[in-house]
Amino acid sequence: MQDEPPPIELTQAVADFLRNDIAPLISGHQAFKLRVAINILDLVTRQLTQEEGSNAKEVDRLRALLGMDGSVADLNRALAERIAKGEVDLATPGLAEHLWATTMDKLAVDQPNYASYKRELSRGG
Amino acid sequence: MIEAELARSVQRWCKGATGVTGAAKLSGGASQETWRFDIVHPDGPVGAILRRSPKGYGAAPTRAAGLAAEAQLMQLAYEAGVPSPRVMHVLTPDEGLGTGFIMQRVEGETIARKILRDDEYAAARPQLARQIGGVLAGLHRLPLDKLPALRSRGATEEISEFERDYRSLNWPKPVFELALRWLRDHDPGPSAETTLVHGDFRNGNLIIGADGVRAVLDWELAHLGDPMEDLGWVCVNSWRFGEIDKPVGGFGSREELFAGYEAAGRPCNPARVKFWEVMGTLRWGIMCGGMMQRFREGPDHSMERAMIGRRASETEIDLLRLLSPRGI
Repeated sequence: MQDEPPPIELTQAVADFLRNDIAPLISGHQAFKLRVAINILDLVTRQLTQEEGSNAKEVDRLRALLGMDGSVADLNRALAERIAKGEVDLATPGLAEHLWATTMDKLAVDQPNYASYKRELSRGG
Repeated sequence: MIEAELARSVQRWCKGATGVTGAAKLSGGASQETWRFDIVHPDGPVGAILRRSPKGYGAAPTRAAGLAAEAQLMQLAYEAGVPSPRVMHVLTPDEGLGTGFIMQRVEGETIARKILRDDEYAAARPQLARQIGGVLAGLHRLPLDKLPALRSRGATEEISEFERDYRSLNWPKPVFELALRWLRDHDPGPSAETTLVHGDFRNGNLIIGADGVRAVLDWELAHLGDPMEDLGWVCVNSWRFGEIDKPVGGFGSREELFAGYEAAGRPCNPARVKFWEVMGTLRWGIMCGGMMQRFREGPDHSMERAMIGRRASETEIDLLRLLSPRGI
């Protein structure tokens, strides 16, 4: 087991330092690049916080949907193949709910301020 | 120094010009650059824009029409009264500037978020959806026999091409698979009419002033195809920049877009527009994957590229909203 503080607290500390101490000092293209860098660290922090829980739920749903076991990557590949072959579609019970839940979990990490995501979240996730 | 070469160039084709000042690069990847500069002239400075591929970058990527075609299209559009910059000069090899062209600089704003938020454009915004309809009608009416050689792509070929691009990324995405199935099931087939298609007509590629659309830019993806493709692409949610209830670039409704298009004497087909909006959403998602690949494989190892890779999920939620909407 690794020591503390854990990665999530370390990335957050770097993001806060860049945001509060460095960003006010620079301008122009470098300021733009810095904003991108801070956004990346914030995304990484969100992923480190949420990924374990959302992956576990995604795997549960995929197992039920596909009737097989595997890693989250294996199961996604299997689902993609079945949709491509037309074996699974929106009429398949659970597919739409699964894709919605999975996509909402991705947006929560990638772009929590994306307007479509905020609209769907206000409908109850 | 680019100013020396530009100065030599303008003195050859712009009567009375004595040189150039203020050359600054506005944007540029490895293969294509955009510069702004002023031509020094006894009657006063003339604002100009250079679009070029630097020497050694002559070959255009497969989907692009190429800079020579772009210049020809912009000039045709300008002459037909479609808002477009006037092309002043097409570069020749002996000028040492690479391949490309110089056009008149049109003042105004291209940054979508500013156009959607700043007071300066408040009066123009409610007019833009309808106005864009009229501009697209003009663009689709450009005479085919005057166009440069362009690739021709209908709905069926585009589905296959995007599927190939997507599969080459080895990036299994159930939502993209669902979209590909939907597209094949709803493929409208060849359009009744083949016209020029701009290919990247959207908020962000338009110069907007207080009076509305001043110029249509970025003609590099122009091709021949279904005119409804442009009407669908301008509605893709990613180009609404947060104004998600105003499908036409965040400006207004599809009805206003269609009304402007029809008022200019051209028919609309809303079912085809919807098809192309779904196609466009998937297209942007696959493009995000392409950015991820370029980031990984090295040619552009920038943070921005990496982050555009993480924008693919925005197209997944938008595809679900289009194909499997949840109860209101």
